[in-house]
Amino acid sequence: MANKNAIRDQVSIVGVGCCQFGENWSQSPSDMIVDAAYEAYADAGIDKPQEQIDAVFTGSIYSNKGPHECADALKLFNKPVSFATNYCATGTDLIRLGVMSIAAGLYDTVLVVGYDKPKDRGVSGPSVVVDRVRDLPQTPAGWFSLAAATYFEKYGASREDLAKIAIKNHANGCLAPKSFLKRKITEEDYFNARIISWPFGLYDSAAQTDGAAACVLTRTDRVGEYKGDPVKVKGVTVRSGPNPQKDPSNDFLSWKPTAWARDDVYEMAGITNAPKEVGLAQVHDCFSLTELLTYEDLGFCEKGSAKEHIADGHFELTGDLPVNTDGGLKTFGHPTGATGVRMIYENVLQLRGNAGERQVPNLDGKFAVSHNIGGHPTACGIAVLGKD
Amino acid sequence: MTGILSYGAYIPKTRLPLSVIGGRPPKEGGPEKAVAWNDEDAITLGATAGIHCLEGIDRSRVDMLLFASTTLPFQEKQAAALVARVLDLGRNVQTADHTGSTRAGTSALRTAFDAVNAGSARCVLVIASDARLAAPKSGLEANFGDGAAAFLVGEGDVIATLDDFAALTDEVTDIWRPAAHEYTHSWETRFVIQESYTPNMSGAIAAHLKKTDSSISDYDQVAFYAPDARSHEGIAKAAKVSGAALVSPLFGRLGDAGAAFAPLQLVSMLENAKPGQRLLLGNFGNGADATSFRITDQISKLDARRGVEWNLSRRRVIPSYDDYIKAKGLAASEWEAGTNPGLSATILFRERDDDLSLLGQKCRACSAIQFPAQRICETCFAKDDFDKIRLSDRIGKVVTYTFDYFFPTPNPPTVVTIIDIEGARIHLQVVEIEPEQMKIGQEVEFVFRKIHESGGRPNYYWKGIPRPE
Repeated sequence: MANKNAIRDQVSIVGVGCCQFGENWSQSPSDMIVDAAYEAYADAGIDKPQEQIDAVFTGSIYSNKGPHECADALKLFNKPVSFATNYCATGTDLIRLGVMSIAAGLYDTVLVVGYDKPKDRGVSGPSVVVDRVRDLPQTPAGWFSLAAATYFEKYGASREDLAKIAIKNHANGCLAPKSFLKRKITEEDYFNARIISWPFGLYDSAAQTDGAAACVLTRTDRVGEYKGDPVKVKGVTVRSGPNPQKDPSNDFLSWKPTAWARDDVYEMAGITNAPKEVGLAQVHDCFSLTELLTYEDLGFCEKGSAKEHIADGHFELTGDLPVNTDGGLKTFGHPTGATGVRMIYENVLQLRGNAGERQVPNLDGKFAVSHNIGGHPTACGIAVLGKD
Repeated sequence: MTGILSYGAYIPKTRLPLSVIGGRPPKEGGPEKAVAWNDEDAITLGATAGIHCLEGIDRSRVDMLLFASTTLPFQEKQAAALVARVLDLGRNVQTADHTGSTRAGTSALRTAFDAVNAGSARCVLVIASDARLAAPKSGLEANFGDGAAAFLVGEGDVIATLDDFAALTDEVTDIWRPAAHEYTHSWETRFVIQESYTPNMSGAIAAHLKKTDSSISDYDQVAFYAPDARSHEGIAKAAKVSGAALVSPLFGRLGDAGAAFAPLQLVSMLENAKPGQRLLLGNFGNGADATSFRITDQISKLDARRGVEWNLSRRRVIPSYDDYIKAKGLAASEWEAGTNPGLSATILFRERDDDLSLLGQKCRACSAIQFPAQRICETCFAKDDFDKIRLSDRIGKVVTYTFDYFFPTPNPPTVVTIIDIEGARIHLQVVEIEPEQMKIGQEVEFVFRKIHESGGRPNYYWKGIPRPE
């Protein structure tokens, strides 16, 4: 039996850091790791990391160097350093591993570092794998677009609705200093762009960037030892799912792992009425439709009603439940291992009231949700943070 | 009595108008040729002809498979063994390839009859298939076409018996392709026709008539190989074949299908045959042969087959020569084909049932059908309790789809679907469909195709095509 109360409020985030996301041609993975971790150290007031960090959880999808890449970059030796991957949910899973290790009483203070460096491969999109004959083509746009024909037919949505998501995220990204794309787009731009995998065009798809993000977690009863304004972890979980490509019961109207992870993490956090209690969310907009489905799968609105909420501006910065306040994967890009941690960075800034021009008002007593989904998709991770 | 029990044909849907080779736009009704597209080769054409031949027939009857082609994708590694796996014929089937000459098809057919008559096989599937490449813009290119034919030879309800067979052999370097050459070559056409084709083809027909003490007018349908339409006319005139009996060689619609040319002519004759008719079939290639058949009453009882006419009625016209060059892999590209070792042969070996035979599994506990093979039931979690079930001959339905422009292919987009097949789900490319035709619920049948050439060798799997009407 899983203990749903083992985590809530036990662990707090006292430092966050995020390197400049983008086509970081002149930076190595280590360079980005140092940028992110030292910003988190500074935020937490950590000046002797070799003494103050008890354990490290790091992860990446593209790296084949394992935990040493991070340990060596930060010179964190003679410490437990672990490397984990969980598709696009890697970042959230790293947070979860760090939180669990503290909640279990193993460590007081833990560093989490997610990073990835896809721009060293010489191609603009994701890698196209040709190591089998079955299940081709293997393209992320091809996997995630498979919910479009079914969803559009059943609920009458269309590319017009997806366009509004892309336009919103481009606008939000202009307000986030560390985003890659800082350019507003119009509906005309959206419809003139080339198609990647129908119905996804260029502006429906996350950019490919390099990036790293980090956070410092500690026992809630010791937050006073750190300078950073603490934010509590209310719940964090990951859920596996069947491959939708062979799952006999997939309806291609939602992604199962999101709903499963939602039930788990809302119970951990004590969320019973998400539309009212969640103040903002960073959701996995690898593609515009993934964000749309997530509005519904996270219970922000009824299944099938996303397009009305989109039309009302419900998820915009000025709306009732702003989503992807920093521009999301659309404008930060998706260095896979970093993304979930980058979302934590944004939610911590927002809950502290430090998000500048994109600050969401009236977050007192509200939860901040971050969500990753990855694989075919076959895994989801969700973290819930709160100030109180 | 030994005879032909069933037949089938496959001609690729893609047509290259001869005008397009000449740099002009396609003209409806103009001459064209059938071309194997980028995911097709002699193996895939032949496998499909075999599937068409075996439609409605218990495949466990087949105990020998002969595969005839001059364009075997592997010079070493048997095509018949691969195709036997694709057709799910089991491990006990005898297999052999016939190759080296456009006469490979009729010599395989003759071998099948001999094997059954000698008692060394009971039921033989003969497949003749060719997808020959000629140098771009060469004379041969306009004449060549691609296709495959298949026959089931055995005893019982035969639709045609073999009356007799006569053959001549000849050594001449007229049309050839050295090992490792991509293109078929020809010596000067006048030499080929005057010194090789005409004397051999006429000679074999004459030898057959003499051996059987028959005359050309005794045959209700007469068909024979020819490298071009004009040579075909020449033989027909010299042998005094009546206009009514002469079978169209299909130049301008199909083209010279090499080892499959004469077998496809036999399919044409069978699909138009009436009980009691006599057929004469000539073939050529380093000599020539002539075979005569007699149609039985059983012909009217055989269910409709996918023969030559059915195949020729399905067309997809290629509007530009560039598309053809790209699909054939003849266009220059930035990156040379990788010198990687290719897919793991160990994995290919382990996954033969899934990838080559398209066998799913049926859970003995909950009856759910799933694909690919997995040890724990996707539905009820029972362990290691499944029966294999062949999915390749069933009809699937599109659950959802997308058009992928990112995946590298000569003709984007790649149409990708999730197919429901008896409750199992398969992630499958669908070909020979225009994006605007695609819809949820679209019925598809499975076709065996080349997926890519990783490792410099063809790698095969299944795709879907819209279920033909």
